Amino acid sequence: MFDQYLKHSRTTILFIMMLGAFIVMSIFLPGKFLTLSNFQSIASQIPEFGLLAIAIMLAMLTGGIDLSIISTANLAGVGAALILTKHALPQLGAYEESYIIFLAIVSAIGISLLCGLINGLLIAYVKVPAILATLGTMSIFSGIAIVITKGYGIQGFPEKFLFIGSGTILAIPMPMIIFIVFIPLMSLILNRTSYGFNLYMLGSNPVASRFSGINNRGILVRTYILSGLCSGLASIIMISRVNSIRPGYGSAYLLQAILVCVLGGVDPSGGYGNISGLVMGIIVLQILQSGFNILSFSPFFKNVVWGLMLILVMILNFYSSRYAQKIRKRLKVD
Amino acid sequence: MAEDFLKIQNVSKLYSGVQALDNVSMSIGQGEVHCLVGENGSGKSTLIKIIAGVVTPDGGEIIVRGKSYKNLRPIDSINEGIQVIYQDLSLFPNLSVAENISLNQLIEEKKKIINWKEVKNIASSVLSTIKKELDLNEKVENISIANKQLVAICRALLRNAKLIIMDEPTTAITKKEIDKLLSVILDLKESGISTLFVSHKLSEVLQIAEKVTVLRDGKKVGDYNAGELDYDTLSFYMSGKKIDHSVFDYQERADQKTLLEVKDLSKKGQFEDISFKLRPGEIVGMIGSLGSGRTEVALSLFGLNKPDSGSIYMNGEPVKINSPRKAISLGLCYLPEDRLNQGLFLKQSIQNNVVVTNLRKILTKSKLLNYSKKYEYAKMWVDELNINVPSLEIAVQALSGGNQQRVVIAKWLATDPKVFILDSPTVGIDVNSKSNIHNLIRQLAKKGIGVIMISDEVPEIVHNCNRILVMADGRIIQEVDTVDITEDKLFDLVSSNSKNSEG
Repeated sequence: MFDQYLKHSRTTILFIMMLGAFIVMSIFLPGKFLTLSNFQSIASQIPEFGLLAIAIMLAMLTGGIDLSIISTANLAGVGAALILTKHALPQLGAYEESYIIFLAIVSAIGISLLCGLINGLLIAYVKVPAILATLGTMSIFSGIAIVITKGYGIQGFPEKFLFIGSGTILAIPMPMIIFIVFIPLMSLILNRTSYGFNLYMLGSNPVASRFSGINNRGILVRTYILSGLCSGLASIIMISRVNSIRPGYGSAYLLQAILVCVLGGVDPSGGYGNISGLVMGIIVLQILQSGFNILSFSPFFKNVVWGLMLILVMILNFYSSRYAQKIRKRLKVD
Repeated sequence: MAEDFLKIQNVSKLYSGVQALDNVSMSIGQGEVHCLVGENGSGKSTLIKIIAGVVTPDGGEIIVRGKSYKNLRPIDSINEGIQVIYQDLSLFPNLSVAENISLNQLIEEKKKIINWKEVKNIASSVLSTIKKELDLNEKVENISIANKQLVAICRALLRNAKLIIMDEPTTAITKKEIDKLLSVILDLKESGISTLFVSHKLSEVLQIAEKVTVLRDGKKVGDYNAGELDYDTLSFYMSGKKIDHSVFDYQERADQKTLLEVKDLSKKGQFEDISFKLRPGEIVGMIGSLGSGRTEVALSLFGLNKPDSGSIYMNGEPVKINSPRKAISLGLCYLPEDRLNQGLFLKQSIQNNVVVTNLRKILTKSKLLNYSKKYEYAKMWVDELNINVPSLEIAVQALSGGNQQRVVIAKWLATDPKVFILDSPTVGIDVNSKSNIHNLIRQLAKKGIGVIMISDEVPEIVHNCNRILVMADGRIIQEVDTVDITEDKLFDLVSSNSKNSEG
C-alpha cells in the first residue's frame, strides 16, 4: 500500500539520480568523463569504498553506527603489511610467496574480525551506545596502528599481492570482481537468512525483538563482527591497490560512507535499508567524485560538498517522512 | 436546574471524507459532572478538540454562557474558562509540584525573576481550595499518577477554570484513587465548576457521572441520566450490539495433570512466595493493581526477570528459564502489557510480525528463508484468527487495536505454546473487539492450552477465568474458584488490598 509505494518511489528516485548524475557529467565534461580509463578508475575505487559503506550500513540497520571502520581497516592493513614485508624476500620461491600472501590476508581478516568482536561486545554486553563505543575503539585501533608503524608508511609488497588491487581480468579491475561476488552474498545474508531477518526486526524495535525471543545480543555481536570483516576486506584491496599502508589512509571515506548509506535509504535509527539502494548511492557518489577530480576540486572543498550533501539528504528525509505521515493520517480513519 | 454553561448545537466535522462528527448537540450545566463515552473512533476526541477550539467544526455553533461562537479559537476557549486535561497530563516531570502548578501563572505575568516564596504560596493556596495536601517540593516524576492529576487540576484552577475536561482520567489509577478523584470533583462541583469526563471504561462512568452522553460512529446516541443506565445498556448504546456475557465454563477432567507449577518464587522488592498450579485448558486470572507484582511474576516466567529463589516445573520437570528463547522452547509464551512497544514491530509488515517467533518453519533445507512459505504461513494464521486485513504487506501500525492484538496472539500461537500468559490483553481495545478477543482466548483454552490472564478489570477476569489469583504487594493474597465469588466481592478484595493508592 502506501508504505510500499514509498519504498518503491525511493528506489526510483535513486535510480533517476544515478542516471542524472551520469548524464550531466557526460554532457559537461565531454571527452573526459566518458573514457575507459576514467571508468576503470571509478570501478577500482567503488569496491573498497563500497565495502566500507556496507560496514556502516550493517551497524546502522541495528540502529547503531560503526565509526571505527577506517581504523579497523588501517590496523588490519598494518598487520598484513608487516607480514608481507618482513617475509617477502626476493629469494623466496613461488610457493612460499603464495603462502606469505595467504597468511597476510588471513591475519588482516582475523584482526578485523577481532576489532568487530570488541565493538560488538562493548555494545551488546556493556551496553555502551554504539556511537561512543566505536568512537573509542576508532581511536584505540588507529592508535595501535600508529604505534606499530611509528607513523611511517610500509611499502613494497610482492607482485602477486598487488594483483588483488590493480590487476584486471577482461579489462575489469580485480577489486570490482571481488565486489561483484560479495554483493549478492551480502544480499543473501540480509534477505534470506534468519540472522538477516532478525537483524531488521531488532533494528525496528529492540524491545519487541527481545520479547519475541530474538537473541538481541547475539545479533548485535554478529553484526559488528560482520562490519569488521567488511572493513578488513576493504583494507586488503586498499593496500594492494596503492602498494603501501600508512595509518590514516582512507580517513576521508568515513564521512562519505555514512553519506552513501543515508543517500541510499538506510534509516540511521535502524531497521530499514537494503543493498540495492546502497549500491546506487555508491555509484552516484563515485560519479560525482570523479567529476570533481576531473575539475580538480581541492579535497577540502570536496569535504564541504559531502558534508552539505549529508545534511541536505537528512533534511529531505525529514520532510518526506513528515509528508508521508500526513498522508497516512489522512488515509487513516480517526 | 442552573443555566447551561456550554451548549453545542448541531456540530459536524468531516475529515477527508470521513464523518467524524455528524450533527451532534449536547449541553453541560453549571457545576454538572458530565460523561462523554464512546468506543475508539466514535468522535469523542474530535468533540473535545472542538470545545477546546483546536479544531474548527464544519457547521453548527458553540454557545458558552449564552455567547455564541461560530469560530471558537483556543484563546477564546481558555478565556471562557474551559480547561482540558489531556491523558498525558502535560506536566514537567523534572520540576517540583509547586513549580508545575504555578508555572503558567508566572509566564502569564511575564516575570523575569522568580520569587520562590510566591511560587509556593500560589500552589498551596490552590491546593487548599480542593482540600488536598501535597509535598510542594517533591518532583512530579516521583509522585503517583493520581497526585499528578491533582497537580494538573490545580493548574487548571489557577487559570480560572469553569469547565474542566478530563480525557480518560481513570485508565491508570486504582479504585481508591478513583474515589479520591471523585471527591475532588464533588468539591469542584460545589464551587460551581463543571466537569466533562471522557472515557471508554464503563464502570467508572456510572460511578462518577450525573449525565452521560453516548457517541457512536460520530453520531450522538443519546443523553442519559447516569441513574437510568447499567453496564449492559451502556455498552449496548456504545457498541450497538449486545455483548456476550457468558461465563467461561471449564470442565475439569479427572486425569488432568499439572502443566505448570510455580513454587515459592521470590524476587526482592517485587514479589514473594508465589506458588500456584496451572492445568491444561484452564484460564487462571491474575488480578491486582499496578505495582502488585503481577507483571513482574509473568516476566520471570518468560525469562526476562531473574527471580532470587523458588522453582518452576513444566509437566512435573523442574526447569530453569533464563531467556525468552528458553521459555519459548519449553512452550511458554507471553503477550506483553505494552502492545505497541513490547508486542509489535509497528513499522514492519503484518507478515513479518507474525513469522518473527518461528522462522524455523519457513526455512528451506539450506536454511534460507522461503518467501512463499513465509507468506502462506502468515496467511494461515491471519485467516485462522480472522484478522481482517487488506494485505499482509501493510505495516501493522495501520491496524486497529483489536486487530493488532490478534497479530500478537497469532505470532505466539505460531510457536505452538502449552502455556500462554496474556498480560492485560484488552487494554485500549473497544468493547466489541474485546469480547472477540475473550472468545479467542476461551477457544485456546478449549484446545488444551493453559492460559494465565493478567488484568486489573474485574468483569474481564470473572467472565473469562475458572480460577483467580488475587495479588497485592507482591503476594498472592487469595486463590478462589470463580464460581465461589461475585464481581462485587472481587472488586472489594482487590481495592481494599491495593496499598499504592496512598501518598
